[in-house]
Amino acid sequence: MTARLFILAASLIAGSALALDPVFESSPMQLRTGATLTASDKIDELVLKRLHELNLKPANVCSDAVFLRRAYLCVIGTLPEEEEVREFLTSKEPDRRTKLIDELLQRDEFADYWTMKWGDILRVKAEFPIKLWPNAAQAYHRWIYASVRGNKPFHQFVHELLVANGSNFREGEVNFYRAMQDRSPRGMAATVALTFLGERADKWPKKKLDALAGFFSQIAFKNTAEWKEEIVYFDPDADKEGLSKQAIFPDGKPVQIPRGGEDLRGVFAEWLLRPENPWFSRNITNRVWSWLMGHGIVHEPDDHRAENPPSNPALLELLQREFVTTRCDMKHLFRIILNSQTFQLSSIPAQETNEAIANFAHYPLRRMEAEVLIDALNQLTRTEESYSSPIPEPFTFVPEDVRAIALADGSITSSFLELYGRPPRDTGFESERNRNTSAAQRLHLLNSSHVHGKVKACPLVTEAGNASPAILAERIYITVLSRPPTEKELTKITAYADSTSTSSRELAEDLVWALMNQPEFIYIH
Amino acid sequence: MNASLLPLNRAQRRDLLETTSLFGGVPLTRREAMRRCVYGSAGLLLMEPFGIGAQEAAPLGKAKTVIQVWLWGGPSHIDTFDPKPEAGRDFSGALDAPIKTNVDGIQIGQLLPELAKQADKYSLIRSMTHGNNGHETAAYLVQTGRTSERDVFPSLGAVTSYFKGYDAGYKGLIPPYIVLTQPQGRFSEAGFLGPKYKPFATGGDPAASVFEVEGVIAPGISAQRQQERRAFMRGLNTLGGALPGDSTLKSVFQSEEMAYELILGDAGKLFDLSLEADATRERYGRSTFGQSCLMARRLAEKGVPYVTINYQGWDTHKQHFQTMNRKLPELDQGLAALISDLSERGLLDSTIVWCLGEFGRTPKVQTESPWNGGRHHYGKVFSALLAGGGFKGGQVVGSSNATAEEVKDRPVYPADVIGSIYQQLGIPAESKLPHPLGTLTYVVPGKEEKVPMGGLLKEIM
Repeated sequence: MTARLFILAASLIAGSALALDPVFESSPMQLRTGATLTASDKIDELVLKRLHELNLKPANVCSDAVFLRRAYLCVIGTLPEEEEVREFLTSKEPDRRTKLIDELLQRDEFADYWTMKWGDILRVKAEFPIKLWPNAAQAYHRWIYASVRGNKPFHQFVHELLVANGSNFREGEVNFYRAMQDRSPRGMAATVALTFLGERADKWPKKKLDALAGFFSQIAFKNTAEWKEEIVYFDPDADKEGLSKQAIFPDGKPVQIPRGGEDLRGVFAEWLLRPENPWFSRNITNRVWSWLMGHGIVHEPDDHRAENPPSNPALLELLQREFVTTRCDMKHLFRIILNSQTFQLSSIPAQETNEAIANFAHYPLRRMEAEVLIDALNQLTRTEESYSSPIPEPFTFVPEDVRAIALADGSITSSFLELYGRPPRDTGFESERNRNTSAAQRLHLLNSSHVHGKVKACPLVTEAGNASPAILAERIYITVLSRPPTEKELTKITAYADSTSTSSRELAEDLVWALMNQPEFIYIH
Repeated sequence: MNASLLPLNRAQRRDLLETTSLFGGVPLTRREAMRRCVYGSAGLLLMEPFGIGAQEAAPLGKAKTVIQVWLWGGPSHIDTFDPKPEAGRDFSGALDAPIKTNVDGIQIGQLLPELAKQADKYSLIRSMTHGNNGHETAAYLVQTGRTSERDVFPSLGAVTSYFKGYDAGYKGLIPPYIVLTQPQGRFSEAGFLGPKYKPFATGGDPAASVFEVEGVIAPGISAQRQQERRAFMRGLNTLGGALPGDSTLKSVFQSEEMAYELILGDAGKLFDLSLEADATRERYGRSTFGQSCLMARRLAEKGVPYVTINYQGWDTHKQHFQTMNRKLPELDQGLAALISDLSERGLLDSTIVWCLGEFGRTPKVQTESPWNGGRHHYGKVFSALLAGGGFKGGQVVGSSNATAEEVKDRPVYPADVIGSIYQQLGIPAESKLPHPLGTLTYVVPGKEEKVPMGGLLKEIM
């Protein structure tokens, strides 16, 4: 680290006095100035401004290796392959990070991974208690996947969900109204509030919920001759309580009831999706921020209310503006966040306080999601899982090359996914996904036959030959931790090989196992 | 082993605060522990007057352990605990010669001779009902007692783990809620209590030469190699070195320490069934089910609060009688050995054994193709066996009609059995569950939930 750069950085920002850790960090955060600030620059400006007000310091910007791994895990839920790591870490292109972000946003795994996330929010699950049924869960998943893959403008995505009619097997999006435990008008209204406003209707006055329920009081369901097929349709007679006549928008504005017989869901969608409706854009932009940054500007991201204000209101407004002016372009929103230095800060904190986390002074550690973790283990060991769901009939069998992030149905049987906190998809709450660490999880990764079997089958182990510890270590580090080993680590590995006089193969086995049990592997950092 | 459910003294309270959770989640924070202490689990300091519970209140029991023998798929009641030979072969099929038990007036299915010798130690409920014929929903009903469509309630095992596990001063490395060997996965067993209260599923096969409890016992890796690898792994924790004060990494480290105590400590011996005499192992039967029963006895001896044996293969739409001829002797030997062995060891008074499935099966044999003598799902009437932990033996509660198709008297709903088990465990009906949305929720459904209930099983308590 040169003194010049340090002084330059210190003069521009509050001043980061930390010594750089070359494994995890690359440079101090530097505020860009000038006439052509990008949206990402503006994000950094607002984050730094807020940190300055709070007398907090930002962490340093992370190293290329950390960025690469974080970008892969956050954007496509997938570990980088050995070759991808080597290519990126030897690249000298100044805009290599931006280019990588663009590439990742085009990958198939992007659609898989974000469809999985939406599957949690939209509750895609065949079995109890949501009871979508396997065919319908598949159709719902397909519809989400196609939308994510085509980068469907988000307002259009929501509009299609809200006004959906038709067969649960044929029109995937109608399952939005079926994937609820409570299909009463109030139950549906509460789900809509949670999903698209990020508000918890149980904290609303009863009157407000009743008013919203009016828009969803004329939805009906009927069976067909096909087993478990269900048609969702508009039926003015379904409104037994006369709630539709009392429909009022959540902002308190009265509804211009259209000519008789019109489906009020369309009226609500029009209100919700107006560009100037701040409740809509603040929910989705804050969610995306939270998904990428590990913490919402409003946190929990599905608990917007007056008593839970944003930690940085100007930042949230900036994201909303960017989102609305690009016609709800999801990938644009991803891009501006991912290209910010804020996203690229190291996990080594300048100060460890809750305030620092709430204001994005460093990147928080987050355990890989269950699906991402098992896929990562399979990828690096070149092994597979076999997923199936024996209930309800017809049984679901999943081809073995399907990755966990691509599973359509949240009720596929898997004790690993259960153990690592896959959400039950019962309620759509973000908090359903558990990312804590338990002793049972540690036990599994340290010593289960499941994991031992994978390690033994791993080509890094089976093809170890007579390679020297240094050569083995280099490849294993790149594959498992996405970075080369340090000198210090190499010394320890050589010493271990000498003291235990293991064969190359045993050493490779021990090292693959030891690295996949590191927090550096298990945690996105 | 389990802390008293009475208000805690100062030392107990301190213990509770220092208890970290072994299985599931990060250690309790002090504040969280206080909250539990006040609202839920160990403390029960703030009990509220409670309508139904107060009227029905019987003295709380002292049972310490529950063993749930889950006949997964739904066992036929008419072929097991509620035989109806007079209904004719359209109903009884080939199993039309029930046998006497050691209790006058009680007969059970002819393929259960060992259980017939133990009838004085258990009671039978022949009027179980909930009316649901879907596996997943019925399994949920029977194990939670709830009918709610809006929330997902925790199972009896998770609730017991909540009130009798680490939060209540349960010590020791063996998780408080264990499943032998595969989890059901049909509903989240922990419901809204969350993953911390999920069962630890052993995996492996207790009837194999080595019972490979997933994570605890890895054959082929010596203790020395485990130790060497552990030190090696720790030495390479470069991220940990860069983040010395990180609280997340601290909890990872604590979880890891606990995991290693299981791997390297004495816990592994508990799962080593070769330490049992051969005669004992034979007595239970060398089947996976039989050895699971033996394992359950060992866990009960250690004071583990809840053990579930998930016994698969009871969903007999086809090949029903062939399957019964194979499975019932296995069930008979294992379950009879479990009950008699617990009794001989003086553990039956403190251990509840309940055996049932999610529903019964159609009493009328389905003779038409493609079933060819199968039986379908039947939630309208089914049977349960209940033994130990303060429940009387040698009794029959309720009855079905002549064809075992209707409840004749004393309908017993899942919530009644579950409430009675809580009572015997010393968990008052008015104990609160921590509902995620803050809704006031008790372990036994309140009137406002409109859950069908016929009352606690006072006949056998």
